[in-house]
Parts: sequence; structure tokens; C-alpha cells
Amino acid sequence: MDAYTGCVDEALIARLQMGGSLAFHIVFAAIGVGMPLLMVLAEGCWLRTKDPVYRDLARAWAKGTAVLFAVGAVSGTVLSFELGLLFPEFMRVAGPLIGPGFTLEGVAFFTEAIFLGMYLYGWDRLEPRLHLAAGVVVALSGMASAALVTLVNAWMQHPVGFEAYTPEDGFSGIDPLAALASPYALHELPHSILGYYLATGFAVAAVHAWALRKTPESQFHRRALVLALAVAAPSALLTPPLGHFAGQRVAALQPAKLAAFEGHYETARGVGLKLGGIPDHDAAETRWALELPYALSFLATDDVDGEVKGLLDFPRDEWPPESVHYAFQLMVGLGSLLALLGGWGLVWIWRSRASRAPPGPWLRRALIAAGPGAFVALEAGWIAAEVGRQPWTIYGLVRTADAVTPVRGLWIACLAFGLLYVGLAVAVAAALRWIVAQRAEAP
Amino acid sequence: MSALPEVCAAVLLLALVVYAISGGADFGGGVWDLLAGGPRKREQRELIAHAIGPIWEANHVWLIFAIVILFTAFPPAFSAVCIALHVPLTLALIGIVLRGSAYVFRAYGDPAHAARWGVVFAVSSLVTPLVLGAAIGALAAGLELEDGFPAAGLWGTWLAPFPLLVGLLSVSGFAFLAAVYLWREGVGALAEDFRRRAGIAQGAAVALALGGLLLAPAELRAGLWGAGWVLAATALACGVTVFALVRGHPSLARLGAAAQVAGVVAGWGVAQAPELVPGSLTIREAVAPPETLALTAVVLGVGALILIPSFYALLRLFKSDAPERPPADTNPEAA
Repeated sequence: MDAYTGCVDEALIARLQMGGSLAFHIVFAAIGVGMPLLMVLAEGCWLRTKDPVYRDLARAWAKGTAVLFAVGAVSGTVLSFELGLLFPEFMRVAGPLIGPGFTLEGVAFFTEAIFLGMYLYGWDRLEPRLHLAAGVVVALSGMASAALVTLVNAWMQHPVGFEAYTPEDGFSGIDPLAALASPYALHELPHSILGYYLATGFAVAAVHAWALRKTPESQFHRRALVLALAVAAPSALLTPPLGHFAGQRVAALQPAKLAAFEGHYETARGVGLKLGGIPDHDAAETRWALELPYALSFLATDDVDGEVKGLLDFPRDEWPPESVHYAFQLMVGLGSLLALLGGWGLVWIWRSRASRAPPGPWLRRALIAAGPGAFVALEAGWIAAEVGRQPWTIYGLVRTADAVTPVRGLWIACLAFGLLYVGLAVAVAAALRWIVAQRAEAP
Repeated sequence: MSALPEVCAAVLLLALVVYAISGGADFGGGVWDLLAGGPRKREQRELIAHAIGPIWEANHVWLIFAIVILFTAFPPAFSAVCIALHVPLTLALIGIVLRGSAYVFRAYGDPAHAARWGVVFAVSSLVTPLVLGAAIGALAAGLELEDGFPAAGLWGTWLAPFPLLVGLLSVSGFAFLAAVYLWREGVGALAEDFRRRAGIAQGAAVALALGGLLLAPAELRAGLWGAGWVLAATALACGVTVFALVRGHPSLARLGAAAQVAGVVAGWGVAQAPELVPGSLTIREAVAPPETLALTAVVLGVGALILIPSFYALLRLFKSDAPERPPADTNPEAA
């Protein structure tokens, strides 16, 4: 062991690069699921009403989607390589079980890319119904692709589909089809997919709410806002009950993760729900939290006196880091606010259906804030789920630190990708600003 | 034991072949964007952007497909390659990210910055096949691993004459392919520009391919002679393309050029079989359990039923009647 190896935690750098790449990619993945639905809705409205504003809307959204999808496709390529470049041991062991899921995802993503090419460049080459049909295929295959990746992630959270695992021989008696049906997916799948629609819907709503500041009478932006809310609001209203279900599933499948979410250390009955607070693993307590009596027991077990396991029941080296508490609280807090905003948005749509009035200043401001807010909630939820899985890469079986590559000097690539993605984020924002600015003064 | 491992290896090779003749040409287009010149410089760049636009993302997925098949059907090979070729693969990824995003920023973003994104697009189109080709060259030359780590080191493995020559061969082969495709899609003097470029690139590609035969390690060269029928077919395709270039048959040239590049990639695969990671793992040593292969075969079969007609429809839609629109109309939804 040389001096360098002694002072740098390569596993941490590999996690940083993988996590950074995923945090970047998930934004575009979410949009890749959500935008096609919005484009199809707008184009469908155009075919039904023959109102050209809807066609213009579908075309404007398609331009933004072209940019975002391309960045999503290339950052997704990076991830498929990084699985091996950073965690080759994970792929060597898990490949036979999760590979077919990724192969299915490859088929779905390929379908999406092919039909998106037809959709984006085929406005004048395909007859309208066929063009819309291509859009529907994009929306469906985009959702399928995201769902399949989530199935693989669910397997990492709760591995199934094998008879035995030993560090020496890996998995034996494998059933890769069963590996695609991890019980963890039951909540993770609907919760993530709904989150993608929610985040995309609110982000698009924010863009058009922002444009309505200057041109409040624009029917283009009003209709765009209504369609975006038609996707965002139902997703936002469904998310809290689904999140509650997810909490119960995590309590059953990964009790240590739920305890870390809550900063809950001592196993007890009739446990309160902590709002805020600073968890301290060394002292095994969470300070300065506001506590809602009995609420955690009720949420986790449907019983105010139910038992909730605390972190002290688990070996100290299996505790997820304290930070998941903050990520979880941020997700829940923002998710609750977005649900309220979704309700408010639906009320506005209903009350202005005849007058065609723009949203009032406070709703408009809230919608503008909800755009970034929804993506922060999405990122926070993803961090809670994935950092909450630590120290495991395959929950309960393979530690992340044991799966990392023997290649040294990972910080160089990590730094390079960090700079690349920061630069790309700025460039994407500039390109989108340009696309929106072209439409900002629309009638 | 069934032949499923070999079938999976063949599908992997097929994905790489299709990637080379489709996605490879997109890289080659970027190279000609970089080298655009003469009185029709702007028109050349516009024709390239117009040709790549609708299809490059679907073409690019062939690479993802190859990687996914590799780590599903041959997980230890993926793991070994990712460690030994960590550096060139990382560089290729950066190139892939820059190429794809620069392309869309140029096409859809503020025209004031288009020229700068054009440079990023063109340079990354040149560098990416160079390092990917070098990675393939290093793999074909044999990866000797000591405790899972490359004996020649992370840099020495691919920064060697043969791998770098394969990198250059990839660049010139893809440039040749792109020039032939663009010759067919262009009109008049613009088409002639690319016809001439195709001839130059073909000369470079053939010279590099012959140089590669000389520099190849003995085992690989023996494998290549063993795959003589692929070499003969490739040479035939090469001759047909030269004939079509000289006599002016763009459609025949397109067929011949694709067959020629496909022949080179397929020749490499057939030459090193049954080795998957030469010097370390054979196909059978690296193969995943039969349960995984069976499920993968089903998925690929169903996938092919969906994807082959769809991909064909995409090409029909945008490639069959070209040149249909004036190449100046590069922005597809120019409002």
C-alpha cells in the first residue's frame, strides 16, 4: 500500500462520481418520461380542437425535449459504462441477475430513441395521426425504460431470485426473471414514476408561469400551464398517500433505513414523528426535533402503539449516514407543499375555465418556485433511497466498499465529470432559455 | 452444452457491427464538419447536420446495447475490460457526452453560439472514435491481467503502436463511410465534394488496415488469416466501393462501404474467437449462467421483433427519398 492509497478513500470518490452522474442524469430521465406525455397531450388537443395554438405548443415542447433527451441519452450512456468502470465487482456478481432487466431497458430505450427521431423530425413527413402515434410510443417506451431501471434498483434494495450467495462464489441457483420482481419495487416503482410526472409537470408549469408575468393574456402560455398542471397536480395529490405506503414498505423491508430517515435510535412503541432536528450517530440521539406524538408508529405500522425499530438494534457499521434524515425530510416537506399547490392549481383551472383568466400573482409565484422545488424533492427522494441503502451496494450482501474498482487516481475522472456536468447544466439552461425566449412574446 | 454462449457473442458482435456502420458514420460526419473547406464549406456542414439529425440518437443506442449484452451475458469480461481499459473508455465517454450535447446545442440553441458548439461537436467526433478504436485495438492485442489488473498498466495497455493504429483506422474508416453516405445524400457539386473526400479517406483506411495487419500481434494475425473468408469479403466490398466511386454509383458505394466497415469489425471478432478478452477470458469462461442467457435470448428475440421494423421505418422515413429537402433547411422545425 503506497502513501496515496492510504490517504484517499477511493470508494468514496467512486460513490461521488456515480452519485453525481446519477443526480445529473435523473433530471433528464424524469423529463424523458414526462415531456413526451405533455407533447402528446398538446398534439392530441390540436387534432381534436384544430386550434393551432396547441400545435405550436407541441412543437415548442418538442424542441426543448430534443435538447433534454439528447443530454439524457449521453449521460445515461456514461452510467451504463460507469457501473463497470467504478464498480466492476458489483457487475461481475450481479450481472447475471440484473443484466436481463437492463437488456429489456435497452429495448425500451431504443424504441424511445427511434420513435423520438420520427416525432421530432417527422412533422412534415408523417400524417398527423401517425405522428401522434409515434409520440404515444415515445411516451410509453420512455415510461417503460424508467420502470425497468427502477426494477433493477429495487433488486439492489432487496435482492431476490437466487438460492444462495457467498462472497467467494457469488450468487447460485439464480432465477433472473424473479430478480425483476423484487418486493421493494411495489412501492418504489409507482413512487418514482409518479415523481417523474410531478417534477416534469411542475417544471414546465414554472416556465410558462414565468412567461405569463410579462404576457398575462397569452393563451399560448395559459394553455401550456393548464396542460402542465393536468399532469403535475394529479401526480402531486397521489404522491403523499403513495409515500405513506412506501414508508410502511421500507419499515418492513429495510428497517434500518427507515430509522435513519427518522433519526430514530431506540426501538420503542408509540413513537413520535420527528420534524427537523439534527441526528447524531455518535450520541445516538436526534436533537432539537419537533415531535408529533405517536405519529411515526401510526405511519409505519397503522397502529399508534406499534413498535418501530431503532438504529441501535443494528450493528453500528450497517447504519446509513445521518444525511439521509435531511434528504428524507426535504422530500416529505416539499412533497406536501407540492400536493397543496396541485390542489390550488386545479381550483384555478376550474374557476377560470370560462374567463380564461391568468393565475393570480401568488399562485403564479408559487408555481414558479415549484419548478425547481419539484426537482429538489425528486433529488432528495433519490438521495434518501440510495444513500439510505449504504453501506450496501446489494442490500445486506455486498458492501459498496468491496465492489469498487482497483483502479487508482479516480479523483481525476471524478473531477472531469463534475466540471463537464456543471458546464452542461449551464449550457442546457442557456439553450432552453433561448427556446423559451423565442416563444415568450407569443400571442 | 448448448450454443447459446456463442449465439450471445455473435449478437454482441452484430451490435458492434451495426454501431460501426450507423453510429460510426455519425462520428465520421463530425470529422468532415471539422475538415469542412472550400467554396461550399457552409453547405457541407449543413448537409452533415441534416443527415445526422433524425438518426444519431437511435444509432448511438447500438453502443449501449452492446455494453448491456456484454455485462449481461459475459459479466466477468465486462468487469475485466472496465478495469484494464478504464482510461480510454472514460475518455470516450467524455467524448460521447460532448459530441451529443454539442450537436443539440448547435441545432436548437442560440444561433449566436452555434459556431462554438460546432467546434466542440467536430473535435469530439474525431477524438471519440480514436480512443474507442484504441480500446478495441488494445483488447484485440490481448489484455494480460495480473490479479485483475493490466500487466502493461492503465496507460501502456492502449498507448501502444497497434492500438493507436486501430484508433486511426476507426477514424478514417468512419470518415470514409460518412463521406460515401453524404455523397449519396448531397446534390451537384456538394455531392462531388464528398465523393472526393470518400476517395481520400478510403486510401487512408486501406493503408491503415494493411499497416494493422503488419503490426498485429502474431496470435491476432493468425486469427485473421483463419478468418480468411471475412477478409476476402471485405476486400471484395472494398473493390466494389472503389469501382462505384470511380464510376459514380452512390447507392452501390453506400452498400459497399457499409459492407467494408462491417467486414473489418466482424473480421476482428471472428479472428479472436473463441477468445472474448484475448489473453484472459474465452467466451465460455466468461459466460453467465444458462438461466441468464435463456432469458436474455428471449428478450433479444422479442426486442428484435420490435426494433428491426422500427429502425427500418426510421431509415425509410429519413433516408430513402433524400435529397428531398434543400440542405439549407437544417433546423427541422424552423418556425
